[in-house]
Amino acid sequence: MSLSKQHEMHKRRFSRNMGLGLVLAGFVALVFGLTIAKVSDDEFAVPTEEAGS
Amino acid sequence: MSDASINSTTAQTGDAGFGDFFALLKPRVMSLVVFTALVGLLAAPVGVHPVVGLAAILFIAVGGGASGALNMWWDADIDRVMKRTRGRPIPAGKVTEGEAFAFGMTLSVMSIVMLALASNFVAAGLLAFTIFFYVVIYSMWLKRWTPQNIVIGGAAGAFPPMIGWAVATGGISVESVLMFTLIFMWTPPHFWALCLFMKSDYEDAGVPMLTVTHGRKSTRKHILVYTLLLAPIAIGAGFTSIGGPVYLSVAVILNALFVKGAIDIWKRDEAMAEADQYRTEKRVFKLSLYYLFGHFTAILLQATLGSYGLGGW
Repeated sequence: MSLSKQHEMHKRRFSRNMGLGLVLAGFVALVFGLTIAKVSDDEFAVPTEEAGS
Repeated sequence: MSDASINSTTAQTGDAGFGDFFALLKPRVMSLVVFTALVGLLAAPVGVHPVVGLAAILFIAVGGGASGALNMWWDADIDRVMKRTRGRPIPAGKVTEGEAFAFGMTLSVMSIVMLALASNFVAAGLLAFTIFFYVVIYSMWLKRWTPQNIVIGGAAGAFPPMIGWAVATGGISVESVLMFTLIFMWTPPHFWALCLFMKSDYEDAGVPMLTVTHGRKSTRKHILVYTLLLAPIAIGAGFTSIGGPVYLSVAVILNALFVKGAIDIWKRDEAMAEADQYRTEKRVFKLSLYYLFGHFTAILLQATLGSYGLGGW
């Protein structure tokens, strides 16, 4: 039996792949935003050991 | 995967769609988690950067959802029996038990680590404890062992405002404990009202709900007792820093209605309830939803007014 491209299973897989892609893209954007928010904080300071290295 | 799997009625790895995985997170419960955690965060006396707040709420929601997925993995056998849960992804054959377990574990660890990085270790520790409590203490241990399952297990759903508060303050205080206690004491009467009119479900699944082990008359009495114990806690919160005239007014009205509803349930017997198809029980269950939503909306409103120098004590 050959699989039609329109089979319901393909739609489910596509929805899962698309959803996962969007979630990962959102996660990357969120971590980037968090990083910017953290380093923009007035209290942010690079730890002295790392700063000295 | 072979073509033969297409016609299979049981779930195969890789078959599920995005929506099926999303359903594993119990979106309706997650919406309550998001709302109460957000109120806890905004009611706190310390402000956080909006991006940090958004990320924290998101990770709390994901952690809550992950515990829901692990609950569905563990309870798949009873979910197949109960009418209310038969359509969930695992009993419906859309997601395998292994997939649900892996999904729940991955999201649990990720959400805890990310919350620790985004906010602080107290909030992350509370989230970790919430997931542990819901999955291990409630789902694996109490749910099938004691009719007090809902009473103690309800603590899992009560943690989110405390976590939200901890995100902002980095600690625990009287106000966050009161928000916890409000949900903790609200859960039993809310759930037992549901049990009264969904009676066959828990009996069929063999879950020792109070209605099954102690009878329905005793359940009605328990609803009244918990509602009476809840009222002073809910109203008492109005005299702390999260309270104010708005909250206090809402709390007094909602508690008066809830206590009246509990008395109505207590006065009835099964013959009366069956005659009108559990109308009072259904009404009180619906009221209990407004009750919790009303209290937390009032806390939020009070915090908003307070930020403009209005409305607080």
